[in-house]
Amino acid sequence: MTNEYIQEQSTPAPLDRRAFLERTIYTLMSLIAGAVSITSALYLLRPPKNQSRSDWADAGDLRDFKPGVPKQITFERNHTDGWRAFAGKDSVWVVKNPDDSVTAFVPSCTHLGCAYAWQARRGAFVCPCHGSVFSQTGQVITGPAPRPLDRYQIEQTGSRLRIGPILKSS
Amino acid sequence: MNTLVQQTIGWVDNRTGLRTAIRKFFLEDVPASTGWPQVFGSVALFLLLNQALTGILLAFNYSPGPGDAYSSLTYIIHQVAAGHLMRGLHHWGSTLMIIVVACHMLQVFVYGAYKKPREVTWALGVVLLLITLGFGLTGYLLPWDNKAYWGTVVTTQITQQVPFAGAYISTLIGAANGVGALTFARFYALHTLVLPALMIFTVAAHLTLVRRHGVAPAAPDDQHKRPFYPHQLFHDVVAIFIAFLALFLAAALIDVPLERMADPTDTTYVPRPEWYFLFLFQSLKFFHGPFEVVGSVGLPTVAILAMLAIPFIDRGRMRKLTERTAAIAVAILTIAGWSSLTLAAVASTPASLTSPPPTALDSKLVAKGAVLYVKAGCDSCHQVNGVGGHIGPALNRVAKRRSKEWIERHFVAPGALSPGSIMPPYRFPKEDQDALVTYLFSLPD
Repeated sequence: MTNEYIQEQSTPAPLDRRAFLERTIYTLMSLIAGAVSITSALYLLRPPKNQSRSDWADAGDLRDFKPGVPKQITFERNHTDGWRAFAGKDSVWVVKNPDDSVTAFVPSCTHLGCAYAWQARRGAFVCPCHGSVFSQTGQVITGPAPRPLDRYQIEQTGSRLRIGPILKSS
Repeated sequence: MNTLVQQTIGWVDNRTGLRTAIRKFFLEDVPASTGWPQVFGSVALFLLLNQALTGILLAFNYSPGPGDAYSSLTYIIHQVAAGHLMRGLHHWGSTLMIIVVACHMLQVFVYGAYKKPREVTWALGVVLLLITLGFGLTGYLLPWDNKAYWGTVVTTQITQQVPFAGAYISTLIGAANGVGALTFARFYALHTLVLPALMIFTVAAHLTLVRRHGVAPAAPDDQHKRPFYPHQLFHDVVAIFIAFLALFLAAALIDVPLERMADPTDTTYVPRPEWYFLFLFQSLKFFHGPFEVVGSVGLPTVAILAMLAIPFIDRGRMRKLTERTAAIAVAILTIAGWSSLTLAAVASTPASLTSPPPTALDSKLVAKGAVLYVKAGCDSCHQVNGVGGHIGPALNRVAKRRSKEWIERHFVAPGALSPGSIMPPYRFPKEDQDALVTYLFSLPD
């Protein structure tokens, strides 16, 4: 056994038939597996060309809000969700600041996405799932939430409030 | 490290017998005369795995049902990375699978490999052919374009002609009241649940029997044996690779047709079945009135029974290929009959089906339509050439998908034709409507 091995090392023997068959089998199977894997990975993992999104829409009149009293409103806007394009409801927590500027919070907790609510008694947003508490400016006061509340982009035209896409907090 | 790997493999083999089973499978002896003619079964199995994988991946981005199927399929083709390729692999894979299965059966037939003791292996092969055709028939509906809809209308009408059982079959496949949501659900369930389960069990049984009786020797007096690995596996893998290469190129280069979305009111549509069913379609033309059922149900049934009966009719001992003149003659006659029926069907296909008629559009109307398009505010919801709102669908390919009549009816009652649409109804004067439709049809793809 050892002698044969040494001989092969010194003068490389021509590829014998069996080794050729085996090499061809493994090479061709690897090529197929590679092509299939790359195609499948692209298909599954690469984001689609047009992302799902929600369009800008009118959400209400700013005169309906009182400074320091957050209010949840629902409004209708157009969504693109995969292959579906439809008009549907959306919800937002609107806070009117003392200087009359407005903040629009995305109505889901930054911890695990539960819907939170304003508790006037505590003067804070409280998430019922795992007890995260946020201030009126969206900062985390206590609880497991890793970051402040997310906001929507907003536009004010006259007294009308328009809501745009989400701005993730960092 | 190596010893750890070997120890792990040894442990798994000791507890499960996995390595021993795999070795036994690959090292089993096959007749030394086995070679290229015997590769088709393995290629068919490979193509089946390809159909399973690409089918599952397509289902990840597909919404079955008349409402969403078409739009989710266009989403796969235009939005999803490699989606166009994935659909191509599934579509051309099914075509290639039919071809390879036919080659496999032809090889077994001309070599007489169905003879004692392999009658049941052959019968299971016939069942596998029927399951494969069943996949083709049910999958045909799923794109929900005009071709899918009208083709399925014809096939479901044929099932109603089956004596005694027709009405029951029709109810079972959800087509008692025409092709619709119920038919779609049944076909989808058959295609993705019932047929795959049947296929897995039948393939397993077929392979078990192939192993039980061994591969039939190509020459009857061939007593020499050699292991399946690597000699025959080499042939199989090379054939599989060629098939895969052909399939991949076809999927990448040849567009799978997608016609307008299914339109049950489109009276101009002339349906044609998939190419491998064209011979049945053509043979129907020879039977009229009360004899129609002979062509649509009788002949296919006789053909299936005849295939099952072959091993019991031809019971002689194994012979050399050169001595099997009768079998070769039958094979050639069958192929010739199939080909001539298929060619006749292709020849009788009206030209409008193979290429859409060129239409000259009135440029003045187009211009008028373009002005109206902006005036009526269409662009606030729809996109043309990438510009406009996103609420409604982009309109560039609308002429490919819809008829003039459909668009005109859609203006007046959008919700009735596109359930869930928020487009308000528009009642344009006749000449304005003509201009708008002409403009839409003038848009480039």
